[in-house]
Amino acid sequence: MVFKGRAHKFGRDVDTDVIIPARYLNTTDAQELAAHCMEDIDPGFVKRVQPGDIIVAGENFGCGSSREQAPVAIKGAGVACVVAASFARIFYRNAINIGLPILVCAGVAAETGNGDVIEVNLDEGLVRNETRDKSYQADRFPEFMQELVAAGGLMNHVKQRMGLK
Amino acid sequence: MPRPMTITEKILARACRREEVSAGEFVSARLDLALANDITAPLAIEEFEAAGIGKVWDPDRIALVCDHFVPNKDIKSAQQALRVRRCAERHGIGGFFDVGRMGIEHVILPEKGLVGPGDVVIGADSHTCTYGALGAFATGVGSTDLAAGMATGEVWLRVPETMRFQYHGLPGRFVTGKDLVLYTIGRIGVDGALYRAMEFTGEAIAAMPMSGRFTMCNMAIEAGAKNGIVEPDEVTMEYVHDRFRREPVLFSSDREADCVETVEIDAAAVEPQVARPHLPSNAVPAKELGNIEVDQVVIGSCTNGRLDDLRMAAEVLEGRKVSPRVRAIVIPGSQEVYRQAMAEGLLDVFVEAEAAVSTPTCGPCLGGHMGILAAGERCVSTTNRNFVGRMGHPESEVYLAGPYVAAATAVTGHVSVPEEVL
Repeated sequence: MVFKGRAHKFGRDVDTDVIIPARYLNTTDAQELAAHCMEDIDPGFVKRVQPGDIIVAGENFGCGSSREQAPVAIKGAGVACVVAASFARIFYRNAINIGLPILVCAGVAAETGNGDVIEVNLDEGLVRNETRDKSYQADRFPEFMQELVAAGGLMNHVKQRMGLK
Repeated sequence: MPRPMTITEKILARACRREEVSAGEFVSARLDLALANDITAPLAIEEFEAAGIGKVWDPDRIALVCDHFVPNKDIKSAQQALRVRRCAERHGIGGFFDVGRMGIEHVILPEKGLVGPGDVVIGADSHTCTYGALGAFATGVGSTDLAAGMATGEVWLRVPETMRFQYHGLPGRFVTGKDLVLYTIGRIGVDGALYRAMEFTGEAIAAMPMSGRFTMCNMAIEAGAKNGIVEPDEVTMEYVHDRFRREPVLFSSDREADCVETVEIDAAAVEPQVARPHLPSNAVPAKELGNIEVDQVVIGSCTNGRLDDLRMAAEVLEGRKVSPRVRAIVIPGSQEVYRQAMAEGLLDVFVEAEAAVSTPTCGPCLGGHMGILAAGERCVSTTNRNFVGRMGHPESEVYLAGPYVAAATAVTGHVSVPEEVL
């Protein structure tokens, strides 16, 4: 899978409270959640983001609350992929479980500007900043995670194991 | 003989029916309990039902606690809580707790004996790591992971490396588990223990009551950890004795077990701490923030809503009044805590001091209800997070502290150490 889109740059320790504030957690609807994505850290984000755009961030992206509504909101807003120097562990699991592509890749955020055109090759773990003509190699997913992704997410993996369709 | 292991590795090895596991490997562990709340359960239930699985793995090993937005704060939350209730009824969920019988999940589950030493617990709530205080492996997950756990009774995990925190000496008179853990997160940062197990040990931990251990393990997630853990001892056994419904399985770390890092902390030198906005790692001694005036004080939450926490607050508030500029809100963590606080006269102390006392709820901690901040307002809170907008308006501020500092601050109207009012 290859994605190409404009970068939305964030710093380190972006917590799930700013990704989707708890006051909006009285729904599970992806579009309702998406309408408030990043509201408390970047109120203009939802208006600017275009389908296929890419979030580029520093260390510890998605720290804090376990709310799965955070990756759901990001995905619902049309973001194709999140590239971060590191992810908080629950967000990392949640993103993979709901099928939001993520890549762990140090160095990208520091050298990327808002609006840069980024190409991500998910299979090869390659990130390319076209605007600045720079390329990066992401960390490989552990084998088990690759299995989960190949199965189409955790629940499909579970269904296969339980012998359901 | 298996190789030397940490307590975390031993618990996971048992849950995998194996002699040994090592940090870094991926395992599928059997669960002793899977937990969700009124915010995370609805998504889990959707995933569970969409997969067409039908029956849960074991209704007695699932806990559903309506605690975040209850008593229902608006129509949409009422709809969500209703879905949780219906799910509990349909599947005959053993550990279902609702208004009037409930408590904040991480207060009530140990109290009711649903979790205990040696357990493997996942919860769709990041503060599930609280139960490590009992010598269990407990970690937060998202709703889909929880749905998979509800279906299979198992969870996939990467066995975490252990980071050992050795607390030497005994903490001072007003220095609590909260102060030690804030100080620790201040030292290592909000991702200082990312993906790791935080093992709390040493003289200060051995002397600490269960309430303080729960507080410390609860905050392990604020350093990015997978789990926090304390080896079970007599203090643990006394707590679980009349509560835990199963047989406790006691593990301790082998002396030669691998630790990626050991952090030595002089507990006797730690002063009452406050974490400034907007990260729990912004910890400084409370006495340095005397110029910070506050509008609200919250005492409660899964971090500090236990009886001991209310006793500490009452010790400071007894015979005093909350400052006219402050709204003080005290939230007992469970019905049991509420009743005991009533029996001991603590609730009288709070009401007499002109603090509000609420039924158990997570409420203000996550900016849900029962104490939302306006733009520019400041709160000193015994909760766990001070992120931007955490308790309300994105321009409000949360300062994290323990119950002594929070209560003293309520009296003076500015960040205060208890000595200032006692």
